[in-house]
Amino acid sequence: MTESWEVVIVGAGPAGLAAAVYTGRARRRTVVLEKAVPGGQILRTDRVDNCPGYPDGVDPRILMDNFKAQAVKFGAVLERAEALAVKHDAAGWIVATDKGEFAGRAVLVATGSVYRKLGVPGEADLAGRGVSYCAVCDGAFFRERTVAVVGGGNNALTEALFLSRLARKVVLIHRRAAFRAERILQERVFALPLIEVLRDTVIDRIEGRARLESLSLRNVRSGEASTLAVDGLFVSIGTVPSSDLVRGLAGLDDWGQIKVGPGFVAAEGGLFAAGDVTDACPPQLATAVGSGVQAALSIEDYLGRA
Amino acid sequence: MSSDTITGTDANFEAEVLQSPIPVLVDFWAAWCGPCRMVAPVVDKIASDHKGKLKVVKVDVDANMASAERYGVMSIPTLMVFKGGKAVETVIGAVPEAKLAEAVSKHLA
Repeated sequence: MTESWEVVIVGAGPAGLAAAVYTGRARRRTVVLEKAVPGGQILRTDRVDNCPGYPDGVDPRILMDNFKAQAVKFGAVLERAEALAVKHDAAGWIVATDKGEFAGRAVLVATGSVYRKLGVPGEADLAGRGVSYCAVCDGAFFRERTVAVVGGGNNALTEALFLSRLARKVVLIHRRAAFRAERILQERVFALPLIEVLRDTVIDRIEGRARLESLSLRNVRSGEASTLAVDGLFVSIGTVPSSDLVRGLAGLDDWGQIKVGPGFVAAEGGLFAAGDVTDACPPQLATAVGSGVQAALSIEDYLGRA
Repeated sequence: MSSDTITGTDANFEAEVLQSPIPVLVDFWAAWCGPCRMVAPVVDKIASDHKGKLKVVKVDVDANMASAERYGVMSIPTLMVFKGGKAVETVIGAVPEAKLAEAVSKHLA
């Protein structure tokens, strides 16, 4: 069975839901497809402090419930469906899902990204046995223990700060000397004696039998190897774009991000992309929202002309 | 939470999970865990799809840390299949419906 819509949005994170508010208010019949629950990757964090308009920070669960409510209020329909393929035919676009097909005159791909793995020996075996990709989810299992966080961006430092409230000790491991994270986060991390910072350091191997026991480290400048005993390792080294859906339909860059032109056009004829699955949007809430809104305005322009 | 699932606690874990005559899927979760919220509708679907053949028990680790620790849960969501009082399958993370269904199905008679 194929349902027909004017706009099919794939992914109910900040970009997809912001776009749905705009296409809904433009009175375009809009469906938003989400394979899990609305909200996206931001639900992995405990608190959002850099969302404009919230000087005291905001709980991402409440924020994303509000995004959803606003999209629904203006007429968008949310469907729990996993998009499996996108096809183009004479009438427009078809998104095939596990719940049937959704035809759209325009499709917006806002599928976001998933966390990146380290790719070192021991990681897969010890995932869920001390190796974690979500400090908010798993931090409580490491109360009064020693944990390491690997990464140098906002997420890594936010996770280190979150864990410092629970763990006995936090070791922040970064492969470079300089951190990418916001200065305000760096200042907070460096001010806490509980957090030890290892720069220019990589993890060569994750060791442990039933559960994580230690990390084999190497200093990339001196070449010196060492072993760090830890109970937990939180991997926070960025994300991989979820762009497989449009491989062959839209251009992808070397990192797999969808290449978009002005107006977040991914391909001619009504294919758009927004959020951090694209090459034009840093993985931030506000940029995701901005890209979703720009895409929605561009979709309205396209539907008006088509 | 769907009506096809049971709330598990440290107090009733023995009776509801370990002594269950039919296989049990235990969902270790917590309110502050985004991926747990992502997998919750999948768990509810599995519960209604296998009604009568599989019991689904949701354990909030925040209030029931003893059960979580006993089974070495260090990451949530962790989904474990129990059969005859023993953990026979562990799935970690918010997995797609097909993957969880496959993990459950092979332990159902």
